[in-house]
Amino acid sequence: MALNTLEFECKCAAPAAAVTAPVHFGVVGSGDLEVLMTPAKAGGAVKVKVVTPVTGFDALWQRVLAAFVESAKLGDVAIEINDNNATPAVVTLRLRQALAEAAA
Amino acid sequence: MKTQRKWDTLATDTAERLAAAGQFIGAGKRVEAKDVVALLEAVIRPGDRVNIEGNNQKQADFLADCLLKVDKGKIHDLHMVQSAVPLPAHLDLFEQGIAKKLDFAFGGPQAGRVAKFIREGKLELGAIHTYLELFARYFLDLTPRVSLICAFEADREGNLYTGFNTEDTPVIVEATKFRQGIVIAQVNKIVDKLPRVDIPAGWIDAVVESPRPFFVEPLFTRDPALITDNQILLGMLCLKGIYAEYGVQRINHGIGFLTSAIELMLPTYGEELGLKGKACTHMILNPHPTMIPAIEEGWVDTIHCFGGELGMEKYVAARPDVFFVGPDGTLRSNRAFAQTAGHYALDMFIGGTLQIDPYGNSSTATANRVAGFGGAPNMGCDAKGRRHVSGSWLKCGQELPSMPEQIGTMPRGKRLVVQGIETFGEGREPAFVEELDAWQLAKNAKLDLPPVMIYGDDVTHIVTEEGIAYLSRCKDMDARMAAIRAVAGYTPLGLKAKADETRALRDAKIVMTPEDLGVDRDRATRDMLAAKNIRDLVTWSGGLYEPPARFRNW
Repeated sequence: MALNTLEFECKCAAPAAAVTAPVHFGVVGSGDLEVLMTPAKAGGAVKVKVVTPVTGFDALWQRVLAAFVESAKLGDVAIEINDNNATPAVVTLRLRQALAEAAA
Repeated sequence: MKTQRKWDTLATDTAERLAAAGQFIGAGKRVEAKDVVALLEAVIRPGDRVNIEGNNQKQADFLADCLLKVDKGKIHDLHMVQSAVPLPAHLDLFEQGIAKKLDFAFGGPQAGRVAKFIREGKLELGAIHTYLELFARYFLDLTPRVSLICAFEADREGNLYTGFNTEDTPVIVEATKFRQGIVIAQVNKIVDKLPRVDIPAGWIDAVVESPRPFFVEPLFTRDPALITDNQILLGMLCLKGIYAEYGVQRINHGIGFLTSAIELMLPTYGEELGLKGKACTHMILNPHPTMIPAIEEGWVDTIHCFGGELGMEKYVAARPDVFFVGPDGTLRSNRAFAQTAGHYALDMFIGGTLQIDPYGNSSTATANRVAGFGGAPNMGCDAKGRRHVSGSWLKCGQELPSMPEQIGTMPRGKRLVVQGIETFGEGREPAFVEELDAWQLAKNAKLDLPPVMIYGDDVTHIVTEEGIAYLSRCKDMDARMAAIRAVAGYTPLGLKAKADETRALRDAKIVMTPEDLGVDRDRATRDMLAAKNIRDLVTWSGGLYEPPARFRNW
């Protein structure tokens, strides 16, 4: 199974949240994914690297990630996602859970 | 002079057929397994309407195999009228020309072959029905001439015990026998004394002890280990935004994982919401193993079952306050009565689907499978003949701004019909689509209408990970379409949602996000489930639940 790497950069209007220490959440089961979040100065932006077996969904990833960053008001974070065919619902859920884990 | 007319041609014909079969039928109506093919050749005529019992659970599979072995020169062009066609033999009959026409309700695993055979002209489709609709026609224009049924046991006189898996047997036998038809039963065992008589011997013409027990599918067993966090999130939204909001007491749960998740969250999240005794008190359900924790915690007053479920026999027998258990101590599941209750007496139907269109029409059809409906359309609608009132039915009716357009100032209730769905399904296929695959299927299989499981005007709520669309609160089609777009997420349909429009719908409580409802997404984890795997269910049941081998993974 060939893997593809996608890179995105998202910036919300007013970043207010950040992660202070690296956090890992989720497992790369079928239909699922794992998320790593690391603090990374990027002028308030969030840099995302997605490794996924699926192609043709770049615009969908962009929308899902941008909406997450905007709703979480997240900034200065590097996110790595190892995906195994997760749906947008699962992607959003895992990102939120990872962030909650980081805040805990 | 008045012409003499015979009024007993059916009975005369039946007597002739049975006389021809007499050599194979012994004492107590008993037929040897080796003689069944010859028996069928003696009692069936070309073009007959024939029923092979089988729904989505128990199957008269030995008799189906025997029918497949008859001489095609003698028996051909049969009109099959039966609930379901899940066995390969059901479709092989058409492949071989033994059968020609089909009226049914549910395709199951053979759904692809049904579509293919229609296209190829091997199968003439009468209609796709709901169970109740097909049963109704057994008593009108689709009465079987010969029915091949199945039971657990027969006694030496030919009385039958259908027990836990009674299902469709009573309705088939009554329709067939009371119009002078012929009824042949396969049983697992012939015994001296039955636990109880479900079908009297007088209504049966022949009984065969099958060389193997009838096939039965544990269709309603969902392994809690496979429930996802997202299904848990949807379940939490349903519990807070619908079960609690309307106080829904009388419910049917569909077959999918969403409702399994809800069942397993009654003792956790449901308890936290204070719903015990206020919701889910009366249910029309197969004996779902995932209901065990809620039953044990005292949530449920009554459950009536469409059919049995493998492994639940002892548990059900030990909870006669909840289930409909006979004087002999075992369940009798009568599908016709459960479907009647499901059509007339429920306050809510909730289940999953595959696709929803911009108007809210909901379908499980795919382009190349004639899957059928089963019972969903009867439960997923407000029965027009309903006249009794319950709190949640009345509340939903009062919400409907469109009601005065139809009946002026006259108040009326409405059933809650809830469709839960992730915005994207397998392979990231959008679940919200401009046109249902049902349209393509109608073309491919030459159907008169796209087969729609639940029409948009019956759906009152759509639940996705984005939130709940309260379609019952929409004043017209424009508002309804906007509410659907608002919960359609990142699908092409969802991307058409306008932010200001969605904001206004949220302010009007027509769309509620998890945040609007106060549902914490971070709590949507498997910790919410009262049982996390099949073994937990066995423990909850005190060892009474005996899961089939394929579910015993410890």
